[in-house]
Amino acid sequence: MRLSYTKALNRALTDALAQDPAVCVFGEDIGAGLAGPTLNLLDRFGPGRIVDTPLSEQAFTSMAIGAALSGRRPVIEFQIPSLLFLVFEQLVNQAHKFSLMTGGQASVPLTCLVPGSGSRDGWAGQHSDHPYSLFAHAGLKTVVPATPTDAYGLLRSAIADPDPVVVFAPAAALPVRETVTWELAPIPLGSARIHREGTDVTVVAIGHLVHDALAVAEELGPEISVEVFDPRTLHPFDWTALAASLDRTGRLVVIDDSNRSCGIGAEVLATAAEQMRLVAPPRRITRPDGTVLPFAPGLDRALQPQRDQLRDAVRAVLK
Amino acid sequence: MLRLIRGFEELALTLVKSGEITGGIHPYIGQEAVAVGVCAALRPQDVITSTHRGHGHVLAKGAAPDRLLAELLGRTTGLNKGRGGSMHAADFSLGILGANGMVGAGGPIAVGAAWSARQAGEDRVAVAFFGDGALNQGVLLESLNLAAMWRLPVLFVCENNGYATTLPAVTAVAGSATGRAAGFGIPAAEVDGMDTEAVRAAAAEAVERARTGGGPGFLECRTYRFEGHHTMERLMKLRYRTPEEIADWRDLDPLPRAAALLPPGLAAQVDASVAEQLAAARQFAITSEHPDPAGALDLLYADGLRPRAGSTA
Ligand SMILES: Cc1ncc(C[n+]2csc(CCOP(=O)(O)OP(=O)(O)O)c2C)c(N)n1
Repeated sequence: MRLSYTKALNRALTDALAQDPAVCVFGEDIGAGLAGPTLNLLDRFGPGRIVDTPLSEQAFTSMAIGAALSGRRPVIEFQIPSLLFLVFEQLVNQAHKFSLMTGGQASVPLTCLVPGSGSRDGWAGQHSDHPYSLFAHAGLKTVVPATPTDAYGLLRSAIADPDPVVVFAPAAALPVRETVTWELAPIPLGSARIHREGTDVTVVAIGHLVHDALAVAEELGPEISVEVFDPRTLHPFDWTALAASLDRTGRLVVIDDSNRSCGIGAEVLATAAEQMRLVAPPRRITRPDGTVLPFAPGLDRALQPQRDQLRDAVRAVLK
Repeated sequence: MLRLIRGFEELALTLVKSGEITGGIHPYIGQEAVAVGVCAALRPQDVITSTHRGHGHVLAKGAAPDRLLAELLGRTTGLNKGRGGSMHAADFSLGILGANGMVGAGGPIAVGAAWSARQAGEDRVAVAFFGDGALNQGVLLESLNLAAMWRLPVLFVCENNGYATTLPAVTAVAGSATGRAAGFGIPAAEVDGMDTEAVRAAAAEAVERARTGGGPGFLECRTYRFEGHHTMERLMKLRYRTPEEIADWRDLDPLPRAAALLPPGLAAQVDASVAEQLAAARQFAITSEHPDPAGALDLLYADGLRPRAGSTA
């Protein structure tokens, strides 16, 4: 069976809704399934569980928190990644802090789903952010699946999780299709996936960049043996698996489509330098500091991590 | 209950002065009639969200004073195991979804609780307490719209004490509080917030309507805080209210008014039993254990995930 990334998200929502009556979905234009993952859900589960909201992100996000505090498992679909900046208060200051602040009385099993995160080619400054690093920094469980199978499995686990989780579905990964021959199943948060084994260098790639890393690894194959490491969750991060990978390769390159300063790429390098085996200085490829993506396609692309940059970085750490 | 809240706040003030409560508190003294009047109209299964000035709401909804005091002192026996303090006090077993340090933030959380009660077919009502300052938070206005559109069982209680910290409501709130609710088609009433019985009657009416499917309600309770915004204020010698204004409002103190309704002798009896209860609460809180610093982030995640340490050395 051929499964697209968007269809995988749709299947995950459908299965979660069917399995657990506490699950409900909030979002803008989700009744019509505008963004794809919520297609047909309204027909099947009705308006009591699939809630088309007015354009009131702050209120419906906190409303979902209130519902989560009262026994529901809400999923919110955000139309645009930049909307997360509007609800930073609700997610970081409320949802994330509730468990500790209440002395463990409350938990907030809320899932935020952001299909179309990152550059969508020509959507310009306010529609092209990929803000996963901010959420990992704040301590929310942060998930960036690269493949349809992982999108399904990680979204299922996010919904079942007792804590708030933000799931970023990169715009550039949405067209990915996969032939699925096995049963789709939940995938635990905090577990990395090695897409390709190698012995010379570990490339940590996040989200859609996993596919670029695989292409580069293939290309360099005859020359350099590249291990492609996909953390899948940025918080919690599977540091154990990364340490094991670096024990094999001793060399590290990170490719991360978020801003350089305080980005997750910086964290991976810092942790590896502090605690893991490195035989050469590591490298990272990221967006520039404080990036605002310009409109013109050439400018947009110029600020995103590129395959040739990855190729150069891999060669550089092997020198 | 009025007496208990007043006495609790007075005790808390002495503990702030003596340095036993760190960080200070936002005293509720003067506003007791609102919390008591509204909570008297609620059933145990109803839920509330509260504010940075939350002790009154939390006590009126039934929280144990000794555990609230222990929370203010940061002890393991506190309502929140010492992790929340004054501004986050919560008791979920009593429907207290927490005081909240962000102005206006409790509004939409109450709306969500009301939504899930309705979906579950339960006749629970949710109450959101907030101040006049919160009237200018966009998220609160968004919440009014959602509650009205979906006819949710939620009561918005605006405690208009005339000031947001030092900013007078008359210079900050365009139109009127009730006018804003009316703009969303929500029935709104203005009530004397120094009169416990008046608050209770107005709340009971709105709660009954919400409980029976009549949609949200809005109460503006005109009240006053006799103390500063925060206990820090005393040290700062701020001048934004005249002594005359404070004295005029003190004349409206809800406590003597409520005491006058009691049979002779009962008020003195209540005072004595509250004093006893608070002495015991003080003893309980002060002798309770401090949390172990090694567990400072123990409850960050409900699934027990342990965050990495800040240092690897
Ligand atoms: C969103 C937000 N803005 C500012 C503050 C700082 N602050 C805390 S309380 C307060 C005044 C709130 O006034 P009001 O809502 O009238 O409540 P009151 O203090 O009178 O009880 C302010 C400005 C805050 N905590 N949250």
